[in-house]
Amino acid sequence: MAERERRGNPPYGGSFVARTRVMNREDLIRAIRRMAHEIIERNQGLADVVLIGLQTGGVAIAGQVADDLADIEGSEVPLGKLDVAFYRDDIGIRPVLPEEVTDIPFDIDNRTVVLVDDVLYTGRTIRAALDALGDYGRPRSVQLAVVVDRGHRELPIRPDYVGKNLPTRRDELVDVHADGVDLGEIVK
Amino acid sequence: MKDLLDIAPLGRAGIETLLDLTDHFVEVNARTIRKVPALRGRTIVSLFYEDSTRTRLSFETAAKRLGADVMTFSVSSSSVAKGESLRDTVKTIDAFGVDAFVVRHSSAGAPHMVARWTDASVVNGGDGWHAHPTQALLDAYTIRSRRGRLDGCRIAIVGDVLHSRVARSNVEAFGLLGAEITLVAPPTLLPPAVSTWPVRVAHHIDHVLDDIDVCYLLRMQLERQAQGLVPSLREYTSCFGLTADRHRRLGPEALVMHPGPMNRGVEISQEAADAPNSVITQQVAHGVSVRMAVLFRLLGSGQQIEAVSEDL
Amino acid sequence: MPDPFDLVISGGLIVDESGERLADVVIRDGHIVALGAGLSADRRLEAAGCVVSPGFVDLHSHLRQPGMEEAETIESGSRAAALGGYTAVVAMPNTTPAIDDAGMVREVQALARTALCDIEVAGAITVGRAGEQLVPMAEMASLGVKIFTDDGTGVQDALLMRRALEYAGGLGLTLAQHCEVSALSAGTCMHEGEWSSRLGLAGQPSEAEELMVMRDIALSRLTGTRVHFQHLSTAGSVAMVAAAKAGGLPITAEAAPHHFTLTDECCAGYDAVYKVHPPLRSASDRQAIRMGLASDAIDAIATDHAPHLAHLKDLPFDQAPPGMLGLEYAFALAVTELGLDLSEVLAKLSWRPARIAGIAAVHGGPIEVGRPANLCVVDRNQTWEIDASGGASRSSNVPYVGRRVTGRVRHTVFRGEAVVIDSHPMR
Repeated sequence: MAERERRGNPPYGGSFVARTRVMNREDLIRAIRRMAHEIIERNQGLADVVLIGLQTGGVAIAGQVADDLADIEGSEVPLGKLDVAFYRDDIGIRPVLPEEVTDIPFDIDNRTVVLVDDVLYTGRTIRAALDALGDYGRPRSVQLAVVVDRGHRELPIRPDYVGKNLPTRRDELVDVHADGVDLGEIVK
Repeated sequence: MKDLLDIAPLGRAGIETLLDLTDHFVEVNARTIRKVPALRGRTIVSLFYEDSTRTRLSFETAAKRLGADVMTFSVSSSSVAKGESLRDTVKTIDAFGVDAFVVRHSSAGAPHMVARWTDASVVNGGDGWHAHPTQALLDAYTIRSRRGRLDGCRIAIVGDVLHSRVARSNVEAFGLLGAEITLVAPPTLLPPAVSTWPVRVAHHIDHVLDDIDVCYLLRMQLERQAQGLVPSLREYTSCFGLTADRHRRLGPEALVMHPGPMNRGVEISQEAADAPNSVITQQVAHGVSVRMAVLFRLLGSGQQIEAVSEDL
Repeated sequence: MPDPFDLVISGGLIVDESGERLADVVIRDGHIVALGAGLSADRRLEAAGCVVSPGFVDLHSHLRQPGMEEAETIESGSRAAALGGYTAVVAMPNTTPAIDDAGMVREVQALARTALCDIEVAGAITVGRAGEQLVPMAEMASLGVKIFTDDGTGVQDALLMRRALEYAGGLGLTLAQHCEVSALSAGTCMHEGEWSSRLGLAGQPSEAEELMVMRDIALSRLTGTRVHFQHLSTAGSVAMVAAAKAGGLPITAEAAPHHFTLTDECCAGYDAVYKVHPPLRSASDRQAIRMGLASDAIDAIATDHAPHLAHLKDLPFDQAPPGMLGLEYAFALAVTELGLDLSEVLAKLSWRPARIAGIAAVHGGPIEVGRPANLCVVDRNQTWEIDASGGASRSSNVPYVGRRVTGRVRHTVFRGEAVVIDSHPMR
């Protein structure tokens, strides 16, 4: 999510400069593993559970979660990816083009959909994802897993599974990547 | 990007962005609910001064699947028939508050004039002999979806190039994407100064059949014979028509394309039109997705913000 | 009305056919009465740093009256002409109705009485400009018509043109031709070439003009009569006219400012302000027109001033009427674009066209005592920007908006009256 946020918020352009590493690689792996356990616990197993990663940051995380779930429970959870560019409510504020094509190769009716994203911020992406899911079918329930919850919610959206709660200032940016999680800012 | 009037200003990058965006809308069109709310609350007007139900419906379907509202002004509607000038019509519609015009007109340059008179986005739906950018995009997309990249792809465009806005836009689009283009037509149906175009020229279809990956056939209008541009349609077919024999010679790997509507038996035979390597129906299907991509690109990706990086 | 008081044009450099000299010019009762240094009179036109020239003569203007008064009238057109330094304008006969009989000539001459310059009425060659039947040239000539043209279209029939030349020759009249073979130009709206190909607009090849130039040179040779070629636009036409003159034929030719300033590339935005007949041609044609004016293959600059209502020029390119304004910009464009000595520019704007129009006794002549006071004062160094207003014309189809040019007409004296002072019309 940081990539797109960076491009969409003022000052536009510029480059991300990391200031603090808030999670290193091991922290990240452990947090994801823990969330995988929590998903299994909360849903009393993985029957009818599907994972959908949100473009772009949530896709890799969802893949990791799927691997962990398979490792722990021994079952393959259906994995999809969703780009919410066409459902955003901030058209006119943020110019955003979709990246990878949405691919949900399974039925979501009556399933428990676990949406996976890297950073939860205002909640607008999740709201758009809920609208998009509505066009694919009617899930029994939708749960949300995020690596970082950085606060500043603008909608009544709350995560079910959180890797790390990280209080941030609005002018800061959170970047989740393969080697961990950085907190930083945009420098022009 | 405010308007899509011509292919050239897009450049290769712009074309590829639109083709990539089209993939997303192909996915939307494959769903049960073929709709996204991306352009909810926007109003798109089709201003069609030339009768063309197919193209108009394609644009209108695209607009509706993006959640937009659609207004139709076609040549049969009263204000146009009463002789209201194009400018007055545009200004009147503008006063309703609209976000985009899709303009088709028999005069080259009409969409460019509309774009001068309104702040709304303008899409060229075909102007005279000059351009038909969305057709070129859907044609490029169709080739890409069957053959991958267009670099080095050998494409023959056969027929009345002189009067064809489809041909002009295709030459620009395919050329920017790296294809090798040959125009196949009698000299009377080629544009003036064609030697300045980035194309090869042939005057008989048999000269190219063995060396092409795509055979793109243009519609041969019946009036051209009356205008003395070809001696007869029979002679045209004998030199330029994709007959069943020629289609066999073309081979199953090459694609057969046509912008429609077809004159079966003139420029294209029944066999060629219905063969597995004919992608004519896919062209039509992709037309809706491509037009969704264009409308989204113009209206849905938010305000133009100057300093944003190039990948947008 | 000629000013009964003395008028002096003081401090200017006189440039005319006989040469240049510094001298003040005193005018009374519509004539030049004195030339010399430090002269004075009751009223004074300041000309220091400027050139005093015989007034310009336009061989080719469309004043639209009668029939299209909303676009221009004889009076408004003459005001634009005066602002451009013109003291005489040949009015084209493609009005509605056409000027094809004595009655129409009288009507236009009556309207011209209040004009700010002399209006020479040109007659059509054929009735209704339909290309079939000759007009009563002798009757019209007795009213003062010296030039006949079907301008707007060319005479398509070779036999008819031959007869017209023979008949006009017998009367000492001049036929002027708008060279355009309609079979090659029908349905076209610009020059056929790389640009029309790219823009998807129907174009007419250079040959549409050149075939008629070639034909009429041959007919001139056959009949032994004079032919004046209007608005040459192609390199081939210039070459043929040069060769015909070198061969001793009584051929004259004019070119319009837009043909030595603009090219077919201007049509790229589909703005119909650039639509004109004959069309804007290629860069090499433009260069040939410039060379033709430099070498005297082309005798005169003629504006082909063609006003059109704004809503008509707002039509799609293929539907809009052809034509551009020119009277107020010709001098500046000639100075800026041609790279010629000022006296050459003035020759092409003044005394050569005056001769072709048959009015050299009154216009364009050397500035000497006794001659009619039809003069203009020009500043060859003043730069200015052409605006979108269209100047004094009722129309505003100007293809030069935003162009910075050098050369401005400051004053114009018509029959001894200062009709333009400091680039403003006095009435």
